[in-house]
Formats: sequence, structure tokens, C-alpha cells
Amino acid sequence: MTRYIIRRLLQTIPLLLIISVILFVLANKMGDPLASFGGRRRIRSGDRERLTRKLGLDKPILVQYAIWLVGNDWMKVDIDGDGILDEYGTRKGVLRGDFGKSFMEKRPVLEIIKERVSNTLILMLTCEVVILIFSLLIGIYSALRQYSTLDYVFTAFSFIGYSMPIFWLALILMYIFAVNFKQWGLPYFPTIGMYDLAVGRTVGQITWHMVLPVATISIMSVAGYSRYVRSQMLEVISQDYIRTAYAKGLPERMVIMGHALKNAALPLVTIVGMDLPLLLSGAVVTESIFAWPGMGRLFWSAAQDTDIPVLMGILVIISALVVIFQIITDITYTFLDPRIRYD
Amino acid sequence: MTTTEVTWEFFEEQIERPPLTPAQVAWRRFRRHKMALVGVGLLIAIFLYVTVGAFFYSEADANRTDLSITLSPPSPDHPLGTDGTGRCILARTIYGGQISVLIGLFAVIVSVTVGVLIGAISGYYGGHIDAILMRFTEAMFNIPQLFLLILLAKFLSGKIPTFKLLGRSFSGSVIVIIGVIGLTSWMYLARIVRANFLSLKEQEFVTAARCIGSRNFSIIFEHILPNSVAPIVVAATLGVASAIINEAYVSFLGLGVQPPTATWGNMLDQAYHHLDSEPWMWFFPGMLILLTVLGINFVGDGLRDALDPRALTQTE
Repeated sequence: MTRYIIRRLLQTIPLLLIISVILFVLANKMGDPLASFGGRRRIRSGDRERLTRKLGLDKPILVQYAIWLVGNDWMKVDIDGDGILDEYGTRKGVLRGDFGKSFMEKRPVLEIIKERVSNTLILMLTCEVVILIFSLLIGIYSALRQYSTLDYVFTAFSFIGYSMPIFWLALILMYIFAVNFKQWGLPYFPTIGMYDLAVGRTVGQITWHMVLPVATISIMSVAGYSRYVRSQMLEVISQDYIRTAYAKGLPERMVIMGHALKNAALPLVTIVGMDLPLLLSGAVVTESIFAWPGMGRLFWSAAQDTDIPVLMGILVIISALVVIFQIITDITYTFLDPRIRYD
Repeated sequence: MTTTEVTWEFFEEQIERPPLTPAQVAWRRFRRHKMALVGVGLLIAIFLYVTVGAFFYSEADANRTDLSITLSPPSPDHPLGTDGTGRCILARTIYGGQISVLIGLFAVIVSVTVGVLIGAISGYYGGHIDAILMRFTEAMFNIPQLFLLILLAKFLSGKIPTFKLLGRSFSGSVIVIIGVIGLTSWMYLARIVRANFLSLKEQEFVTAARCIGSRNFSIIFEHILPNSVAPIVVAATLGVASAIINEAYVSFLGLGVQPPTATWGNMLDQAYHHLDSEPWMWFFPGMLILLTVLGINFVGDGLRDALDPRALTQTE
């Protein structure tokens, strides 16, 4: 097992390198980072040249990538553009934990990301819990009462939920629960931000602001997962050991919870682990709509400003998370299901 | 699971009847899938909406601005209301639908071509080629698709000029969106095709083909590929649905097809600003996306069951 884990971890190194090359090339070619550099003022061509050189954007793309990766504090750089190497660079490179400075905010990228990452995690972890609870409940109910009216209703809803663009669902929820509720004089949910500036960042405020974004993301995912739990559960309850459990006189509750659910929920671990990127993608749109100050929204604004260091920081961190989550998923699986061995 | 009553008549019928071709078997199974038939119905309705509708409204209607009737709610003149520049939403959903569906179809053609090529070459040749291609596929697979979409859309935007086709002029961004969606969604298919090729290339018929001197090209495309058509068809069908959704995402973020060409997706751009006062502006295009995607998902589900090779033996 240890050997397996080590091998998997070693495999991630080339994988992450390839990912970062692809992303670096795309991010660097997607626009002019200097276009929005000086705010509304236009940059003079002399300044532009100086800035380009200062940011290292004048070098060939592979050299830029190398500097991004390992830094340039070990070599001399030409600062004034006269062709003579003047002094040592200041960048340490991603491998030593330096993601560079944001073009727009002139602050270290890691600092900016750190401020946002907790907001995204609060949202995503809540979603994950809500998704698991509801998809298990709906999935189990649908499997045990297969072809009942409610089963059909859930099936219909899950297909519809699965086929909606997430932002359209968000618009509908906002229209009903914020706009209409307000008109009808009912308590209505806020549609933007994380907390009321007048009240401040309290637990109650964040929970209240989180209801609609969480509902939006969860409805989409529950639609898919509950179908999955249902089909898994149907497969498991037709197995011999379930009949044995009934035959030895166990009450239904114990058969379902103790025997069937444990095996039916197993594959859900994989699905949840694999769908993490999907959830993060959903966050870009959801966070933009609900003005949630998380990573997704940061990514979106960085993409608009072509703020390459921030973009690369977010992308590399998220891709690394995705890869690591896959390994964790695979390993968790072996602990949960002793029939599986990787050797 | 249904148990079949095996009667004498059943056997007699089986003997008299010539064996069914795989296509006939699939069709029989598809026909019994109620949801799939509903899906077909939905898709026919959408198809009629965007084609027959074009006879009632010209494209000029869809793009004509009229500043005296901006943001007007649904009325007999404009059954679905008008948008911020007074354009008729109904006419725009008709022409936008054509583009959205075309984008969906062509994006899938791109992704299937790339996916099948990479999967087939990787699976068939193996070795270093396989290692390189699969590392690349895996790398692309591990970047969440929406991030890739945004990067590629910005990367390619504005690089293709407006062009004319079939008497209509298309913004070059249509091509960009097709390419962007196609190039970010082939990875899953490449993996399926590769897995299929890995197992099929060891079979006797491939050895036989090689013995009679077939070239690699012909073995890949004439002998092995037809055997993995079923999963490709299913993945392609469902791919159209996700391409249409992705077009909506990209457009919603303002990177989609540029006006005046309408798509269901870019009609939803700026929808946020009309959330409370003009719900008709975002409700109808979104509803059409939902119905189309729902129809395709139903059909895809039916196809998956109908083409499942493991169930191919139990026909009636």
C-alpha cells in the first residue's frame, strides 16, 4: 500500500508539470496584460516597454515559464534594456512557493488567494454535506419504493435539474425567493455578497447569505447523485446477503442501514471525489452571480484583467487539488472496500 | 429484471424469423424506452420551432432594433416580449436556437474527431505514443472544464473575422466557440475509445486482417473502429447536450458569440441586470435550453440502454 501511494505521488509530478505548461501557454497568450494596467489611463509606449521588460513579458515563452517555475534570483537580469545584465532577479519561482505578484493589485498572489480560499471552502463544504444528505435520502427512498409516485417525481426532477444551466437555475431561485418573496412581504433571501456590511461578518449573516448559492449548486448535484445512489441501492438489495439478513430476522431498518447502505454508498466516494472539479467550475458561475467573494470570482476577474500570476496561481492550485483528491479517493476506497487491492 | 415466458410459439417465431441485425435490435429496444420517445418528441418540437418559425419571422426581424418598444413585456405583437434594444425575443429565440443547436452539433463533431483520433492512435499503437498522448489527455482532464473554456475562449477570441455562409453572415466568434467547446470536451471519449482499442486489437479478426496485409490505417478505421461505434454514439449524443450548456456558460460570462448574431446563450448575457424587472428576457431562452438538453439527455439514455452490448443477447 505504501509503495502504491508513493508511486501515485511520483506520477503526479510529471502530470502537474504538463498541466502547468498547457495553462501557462494559454494564460500568457490570452490577452494583453498591460491593457488594463494603468487603470483608465493609457500607457505611453516608453512605459509599456519598460513594464514589459520589468514583468519579464519580453522573453520567449519557455524562458518565462522557467522563471515562473524556478525563479530568477540565481541569475542576473537586464533591468534598463541596454543589453547588459545588471543585478540578480527577485523571483523565487513556484517550486519554492513564490507565485509572483498580481499585476493588478501588486501584492503576492498567495496572499490574495489565501483571503479568498476560505470563502470558497465554506460554500463548497456546506454544499458537499447538503448534497450527500439529500442524495442519500432521495436515492434510498426511490430504490426502496421503486416505481412509486414519489420515485417518478424524483426521477423527473433529477432529469430536469441535470439539464439546466446552473446560472439559469440561480436566476429562477433568485426571482422566486428574493424578488417575489420581497414583493409578497415574506422574509426574503439576499442575492449578493457574503454578509451585510451594516451587520458585519457573523455566522448568522453568512448562513443567511449562503442559502441561495448552496441551494443552486446542491440541486444540480443532487439530481445526478440521487440517481446514482438509487441504481446502486437497487443492485445491492437484490443480492443474496440482503436476503440472508432478512431471513435471519433483522428489522428492515437494520438491513438497509447496516448492510445495504454501506455497500451502496461506496461508489459515491469515487463520484464525489471525481466531481470536485465540476463543483469548482460551478463555483465560477455561481460565485459570479451571487457576488460571493471566493476563488471562482477571483478567477473570473483575473481572467478579465489578464492578471497572469493570479490566474496561474488559482489554476495550478486547483489542478493540484484535483489530482491529489483523486489519489485520496482511490486510497479511501481501499480502506472502505477490502475487496479492492492495488498492488 | 423481467423474466421471459418461453413458450413453444416463441421458439417457432424465432425459427421462422430471420435474425435481426444489430441496428434492428437496437431500434426495438429504443422503441420500448418511454423516456427516449418523449425525448425524440421534444427534439422534434424544438427542431420545428427553429425551422418552421423561420418562415414567420425573418432574420431581419430578429436583429431589428426599435427603441420605442425596449424592454416591453409579452404582448400580442411580441409574444415573448422585447429586449433592451427593442428586438423581438420570439424571433431571436428562433434564430438563436438555430445557432445554438449548430454550435452543439459542430462542437461534438470536433470533440469526437479529436477524441477518436487520439484514443484510436493511443490504443492501437501503444508504447511511447500511447504514453505521450495519454499524459496529455490526463493533463487536460484534470483542469476543470470551465477554466479551460474561459482561457481558450479568450485565447482565440477576435482571431477569426466575420464570414458569410448560405446567405447569412456569421460572426467569426461562432467558429471560435465551436472550437473552444470541441477542444475542451474530447478527453472522456479518447479514454473510452482507447480502452476499446486496447481490448479489440488483441482479437483474432485483427490478426486475420493483418495477415491478409491490411495497413494500420485500414485496420484502425475499417476493422476496429466500427466495433466501438456504440459508446461513441452515446457519448456524442450526450455531448451535444453538454455543448449547448457550455455555450450558455461561456456566453453568460460574456465570452460567447458576439452580437448581433443571437444564440440562446448570449441572450442570457446580462440577464442578471434584468432579474427582477424583465424576467421574460432570461426565462424563455433558458427554458428552450432546458427543453433541448432534457430531450437530448432522454434520447442519450435510451441509446445507452439500446446499444449496450452486454444486453444485446436478450432481445425480446
